[in-house]
Amino acid sequence: MAIHLEHYLITGAILFGIGLYLALAKRNFVGVLMGIELMFNAVNLTFVAFSRFVQSSSPLDGHVFVVFTVTVAAAEAATALALAVLLYRVRDTIDVDEIDLLKW
Amino acid sequence: MDDTGTIIAFWLLAAITVGSALLTAAVRNLIHAVIFLVVSFMGVAGLYITLSADFIAVTQILICAGAISILLLFAIMLPPRAARRTSESFLRFPALMLAGLVAATLAFVAVDTDWRIAGRAGFTQTASVIGESLLNKYVLPFEIASVLLLVAMLGAIVLVNAEGAVEGE
Repeated sequence: MAIHLEHYLITGAILFGIGLYLALAKRNFVGVLMGIELMFNAVNLTFVAFSRFVQSSSPLDGHVFVVFTVTVAAAEAATALALAVLLYRVRDTIDVDEIDLLKW
Repeated sequence: MDDTGTIIAFWLLAAITVGSALLTAAVRNLIHAVIFLVVSFMGVAGLYITLSADFIAVTQILICAGAISILLLFAIMLPPRAARRTSESFLRFPALMLAGLVAATLAFVAVDTDWRIAGRAGFTQTASVIGESLLNKYVLPFEIASVLLLVAMLGAIVLVNAEGAVEGE
């Protein structure tokens, strides 16, 4: 049984679901960030799979998009982790349930 | 994509990726979660290699498995009691349902849609073509990405250095 595009897309969908669960359900700020990173990876996998299998005049454009996504992911991780350290200094917790200053 | 080696490699790597992502969600210890996350990133890098995307695979290992996981470990270990409460919040069951529904919808669309499959062989060289299109067709996004990285770096330094924020209580 050969490997087709659908196999990669379903793998990406499962990874995206796990990442979404982590981002929504984890109480720890760093856990939420891990979920977001997993979602980034699922989307990148889908990009590369489409770039390999689908008709296009310049098929490697998908790889260029993945390069940009990885850049944005790195920038996001750096900023968010600085926020986590700052949050711990100011509020003495990184529990997302207790950070409710803006809640009515 | 018909030879036996590719098929075995795909199933093995997909199992490693999804299994360690599940373990990331399941374990309570945050350090263990980061280690399973790195294994999952490595599995995705292997999947890139089966898709003949060698440059992207190396980038994945360098940036995701290397840099981002080290940043996550710093954020866990720097605050002394940060790994204290790692349980799920009250949103656990709604989140489980929503994630399952999203994954099922995406998988259904992936199977149901008629993708225009090209049926060509794998890429033989990717890095040179990616580099050329980054400096020709995508030169403006490339420059914007470099400015974005600079802004993120400065922002992280300024945020962590903010003296007034600590005494601002």
